[in-house]
Amino acid sequence: MANDPGKIEAMQNHWQKKLTESLKKVPERPVRFTTWSDLEVPLLCTPNDLDRIGFDFEKDLGFPGEYPFTRGVQPNMYRGKLWTMRQFAGFSSPEETNQRFKLLLEKGQTGLSTAFDMPTLMGYDCDSPMALGEVGKCGVSVSSLEDMETLFEGIPLDEVTTSMTINGPAIVILAMYYVMAEKRGIPREKVRGTLQNDILKEYIAQKEWLFPIAPAVKCVIDTIEYGTRHYPNWNTVSISGYHIREAGATAVQELAFTIADGMAYVEESLKRGLQVDEFAPRLSFFFDVHNDFFEEIAKFRAARRIWAKLMKERYGAKSPKSWMLRTHAQTAGVSLTAQQPMNNVVRVAIQAMAGVLGGVNSLHTNSMDETLSLPTDEAVLVALRTQQVLAEESGVANFADPLGGSYLVEYMTHQVETAAWEYIHKIDEMGGMVAAVENGFPQAEIGNSAYHFQRQLEKKEKVMVGVNRYTMEEKKRAIETLYIDRAVEGRQAQKLKALKARRDGAKVQASLEGVRLAAQKGDNLMPSIMEAVRDWATLQEVCDTLRSVYGIYREDGKF
Amino acid sequence: MFQGNPERNRIRVLIAKPGLDGHDRGAKVIARALRDAGFEVVYTGLHQTPEMIVQAAIQEDVHVVGISVLSGAHNALVPEVIRGVKSAGLQDVLFLVGGIIPEEDFEGLKQAGCQMVFTPGTSLEEIINYIDKNAPAR
Repeated sequence: MANDPGKIEAMQNHWQKKLTESLKKVPERPVRFTTWSDLEVPLLCTPNDLDRIGFDFEKDLGFPGEYPFTRGVQPNMYRGKLWTMRQFAGFSSPEETNQRFKLLLEKGQTGLSTAFDMPTLMGYDCDSPMALGEVGKCGVSVSSLEDMETLFEGIPLDEVTTSMTINGPAIVILAMYYVMAEKRGIPREKVRGTLQNDILKEYIAQKEWLFPIAPAVKCVIDTIEYGTRHYPNWNTVSISGYHIREAGATAVQELAFTIADGMAYVEESLKRGLQVDEFAPRLSFFFDVHNDFFEEIAKFRAARRIWAKLMKERYGAKSPKSWMLRTHAQTAGVSLTAQQPMNNVVRVAIQAMAGVLGGVNSLHTNSMDETLSLPTDEAVLVALRTQQVLAEESGVANFADPLGGSYLVEYMTHQVETAAWEYIHKIDEMGGMVAAVENGFPQAEIGNSAYHFQRQLEKKEKVMVGVNRYTMEEKKRAIETLYIDRAVEGRQAQKLKALKARRDGAKVQASLEGVRLAAQKGDNLMPSIMEAVRDWATLQEVCDTLRSVYGIYREDGKF
Repeated sequence: MFQGNPERNRIRVLIAKPGLDGHDRGAKVIARALRDAGFEVVYTGLHQTPEMIVQAAIQEDVHVVGISVLSGAHNALVPEVIRGVKSAGLQDVLFLVGGIIPEEDFEGLKQAGCQMVFTPGTSLEEIINYIDKNAPAR
């Protein structure tokens, strides 16, 4: 037998003695050896450690493209198709973002990803008093179907997949996208892309909401139901851990809360009467890739394993496509530093490598200047090139799950998975994720982790290079940044005014009435919202109609 | 630094999130650190209009208003809050801003009456020390 446990143990005891001797001369550095999320980790692992955790090749690992997908969802991983290089972009007016999209496609990017500004994310038009100072700042401003059409002007929607990061008013934005594709004559099955549409994590972390939780979840299920019936290749929800992590969660919390959100959408869709294998293949995920290399790799591997088990065992999915956790990943915005910003290029490269070794399907690499402002064209290009260097030069894309079988990586994957299951079971006991969020449970856990981490930074138990160690005096501004002119606010408002003057007001009123009735009756909202945006009802007009039926959500000032 | 200091008890701090920005990690961490340090802290919660923040400042009769903005809307929102608090007759308030604020905007915010801008990487200790030194004596 190759791995004789007795012999390994004897070897380890012998080594341990030598180690104890050498520690007298060279003691360990006086720090706690933990991951970035403060998980205790061993110096090394052996086959005996894997025996102790019951590691089983067939059950826990297997082959890529096969249950439980620990090794990735494609049988040949990146040899077949590289991960999608999808840089999140959006700023100022639809015209300007359209130019950035075209630049990215010209430089070899393979998918689009849209960032909307704060008013759009909250369901307000650019001319709303609530939009003061925010138009075009954090993303692109879209108040109408006309803006949507400008945003994607000249972009072949049947060839490029599009991701749209929007949640509260996601159903309205999706309606605009579907109507735009319809007007261009694109067959429904060729409309491909992803809507973030994960409202639960808004209450948990990102905090861009419109309605109380129950009707908001209902809107998500409406899009799942409608997409399942009519747009078979559209990913209806991108269940997102990114924002949960950025808000301060640990890797384990990110994983557990995201999976629990996904479970809530599955359960609500089943209640709606959908069959699990009809809709589950169109659910996708979105995780953060943070600083701690092995912890992140373990997280992605554990995520696929947990989801596969849940879908197969708990929800009885029969189709392997329902078992697969396909995921986009983005490097950790919160890890970027304003101090010595060029160092961010290195952080992003390491995080991106962890994502690829973790087997992600799509990746956004942050630009070095994103802690200062939205990124410049030059910074975006370096970020995209980072992915291309990884894909073409580093050799990592040759392998499926190259770290599979590493004693340490298998051990940590188990460690992360076990801790995540503990949270999932706790949330089960609370009555599921909707109830847990209503009770503020994940919010409080994340707040505690964020505070704990900040305290660790202050005590230098965690080191951020250039922030609490290796600091130096810097020139006033180390790199160029992008400045969004406030004039965009006025220009957008002008366009909206012109649109409102041009359209048939009576028709708009009638179609908004249709939305109101559908909301009151509890019908699927998608057809009536598509009708309204086709008649040039604005984003806010539709959202206000829904707010008048559903009410609004407010969070208390707990901290 | 995080020891509750009884001398800080009299200082009331309002941590405010104006506008549509949902990034509240920093605001909550700072609110908690200030509370642990002994200040009396009120947090407004999210999505506040400048008027709502002014109301809260008056109601709580605060010594310090810390405004957190990460969305880029600081130039429009911060001066509104400061103007509102001052014209409501609450004099002698220390106004602080934290968040993603480009350096070229510091001057304008200071002109508007904000005494200090804290950007990413600032330690909690620095903020606490600043308030210790600069909070109004009233």
